[in-house]
Amino acid sequence: MKLSLGPVLYYWTREALLEFYAGVADSGVDIVYLGEVVCSRRHNLRLDDWLGLARDLAASGKQVVLSSQALIESESDLKTLRRIAANGDFTVEANEMGAVRLLAGRVPFIAGPHLNIYNNETLAWFAELGATRFVLPLELSRDVLRELQAARPAGMQTEVFAYGRMPLAFSARCFTARHYNLPKDDCQFRCLDDADGLALQTREKAAFLTLNGIQTQSALVYDLSDAIGQLRDLEIDVARISPQSHNTLAIIDSFRERCAGRTGASLEGLRVAPPCNGYWYGVPGMEYRT
Amino acid sequence: MSIPELVCPAGNLPSLKTAVDNGADWVYMGLKDETNARNFAGLNFDAASASEGLRYAHAAGAKMLLAINTFPQGQASKRWQRAIDSAAGLGIDAVILADAGLMRYAAERHPNLRLHLSVQTSATNYEAINFYHERFGISRAVLPRVLSLAQVADVIKNTPVPIEVFGFGSLCVMVEGRCALSSYVTGESPNTRGVCSPAKAVRWEKHGDTLDARLNGVLIDRFAAGENAGYPTLCKGRFQVEDETYYAIEEPSSLNAMELLPELAKIGVAAIKIEGRQRSPAYVAAVTRIWRAAIDAYATNPARFSVQPDWASGLARVAEGQQHTLGAYHRKWK
Repeated sequence: MKLSLGPVLYYWTREALLEFYAGVADSGVDIVYLGEVVCSRRHNLRLDDWLGLARDLAASGKQVVLSSQALIESESDLKTLRRIAANGDFTVEANEMGAVRLLAGRVPFIAGPHLNIYNNETLAWFAELGATRFVLPLELSRDVLRELQAARPAGMQTEVFAYGRMPLAFSARCFTARHYNLPKDDCQFRCLDDADGLALQTREKAAFLTLNGIQTQSALVYDLSDAIGQLRDLEIDVARISPQSHNTLAIIDSFRERCAGRTGASLEGLRVAPPCNGYWYGVPGMEYRT
Repeated sequence: MSIPELVCPAGNLPSLKTAVDNGADWVYMGLKDETNARNFAGLNFDAASASEGLRYAHAAGAKMLLAINTFPQGQASKRWQRAIDSAAGLGIDAVILADAGLMRYAAERHPNLRLHLSVQTSATNYEAINFYHERFGISRAVLPRVLSLAQVADVIKNTPVPIEVFGFGSLCVMVEGRCALSSYVTGESPNTRGVCSPAKAVRWEKHGDTLDARLNGVLIDRFAAGENAGYPTLCKGRFQVEDETYYAIEEPSSLNAMELLPELAKIGVAAIKIEGRQRSPAYVAAVTRIWRAAIDAYATNPARFSVQPDWASGLARVAEGQQHTLGAYHRKWK
């Protein structure tokens, strides 16, 4: 089973991003997904910067995939999307159907976690369109995955989001700007202040969600590190780790060890928040089963 | 000038009849199971009531839509495919689909069955909509409630597919079809089970003067004495971010785009959809009647259109949370 590093979902400074990926180049992940998937206003790295980074990481032996933005609303979003789709060098992860239209029948592509591939018929259709790997939607369980795997089309790889705060929803509204009483069009890039998103608690101070611009994430960290054996038994090809601002490389190391059948360091103390894994077991996503 | 058609909700046969009686051009309904996104107890249609509804609608010159807008999981597509077969067999005018596998099934097996792209498909741009058009010949697409008016206009300009938008009703703040907040808390979501913040997960707790609204144990809101305690839809509660407690995601308000009717017509919106299959026949009657009057008034004299005070007050009486918004149509909302 290979390990992938998902796209950075937060807005980090240019320096922080470059430093982070310099470390990733020497890390144990096989596949690196790059690009801005959340908000078109974020620009510390532009598409040309991402492409430069992609070439550097490829030179370090990583398989690089360019991830497309999950919510496409405007003509300028489409313009960027077309450049990504036509980049010619790197495989693209499509995160909505506009990207699929630009890729289908032209180049092999990755069907991202936000495409709603919930059943065998839809998976078969994506295989015909040219998808060579799909990422299981976050809310699906291992039981559904088992059914998908049983009728998996030839040449289709399966990837599972295995670690990180879960991207649960997208909106036209920026909840970070809303928190700071700023209009979205003049947000002053306040999401730079929170490298792991902005914590949303209930009125009794229980951790609930994480605000990340237009994206809403879980507060808890989805963690399948104890289920690596199950992933292997289900013939999963790739397990995805979603970056956090600290300890990502140590988390990768632990997953690498576990994938090799060894114990691996405990993730306790490395996670930004307590774990959850309910979706995997077919129960509410916020629950945690040991 | 195009006059938008009016598409109204029918949670059951009485609602369907009242929608037709009050001037709906289309009524949309679902079956009594998880194949549709309003899978609530006591709601929806069996084969007999669907046939009766269809006869009633057709006799009045209205058309009927069957929403099959959830996503079958794993190997479960058969039941959804049977729903499509039933729609074709009954002669339902169109089906509203969200899942690509089901669209393909419908296009191949029932080439004469008209397909509408559900809002749950999350198609927010013309590349996506045109793709479904090329592949499955969709006849209409319902846009998620995330685009500004200018963005809606841009979609319409760049697609041959007639576009339907939401005009009134409960407001999803998130892109429909890609929101898993409800399953995160309760295990059931619109995509998987056709529900959001399901009633069976709701618990009300009274502590002295305060009333807590919980969803599977998570405190969604806490109401002081005298506060209007609304249903705990999880994105419409009050939460704490840093030191501030507020409606961090969205106020409990509903969408009312009636004042935008002239602009919606000018940019070429083909149909306006009213949300609310879970609401009462009285809601359906009031909203349908008022929107029919507004659309007819606009058609008769576009230059002089204005929202009449009795329309506004009639809609305000049935709005969720007693307040309304233009939602994402209005850039400032974002």
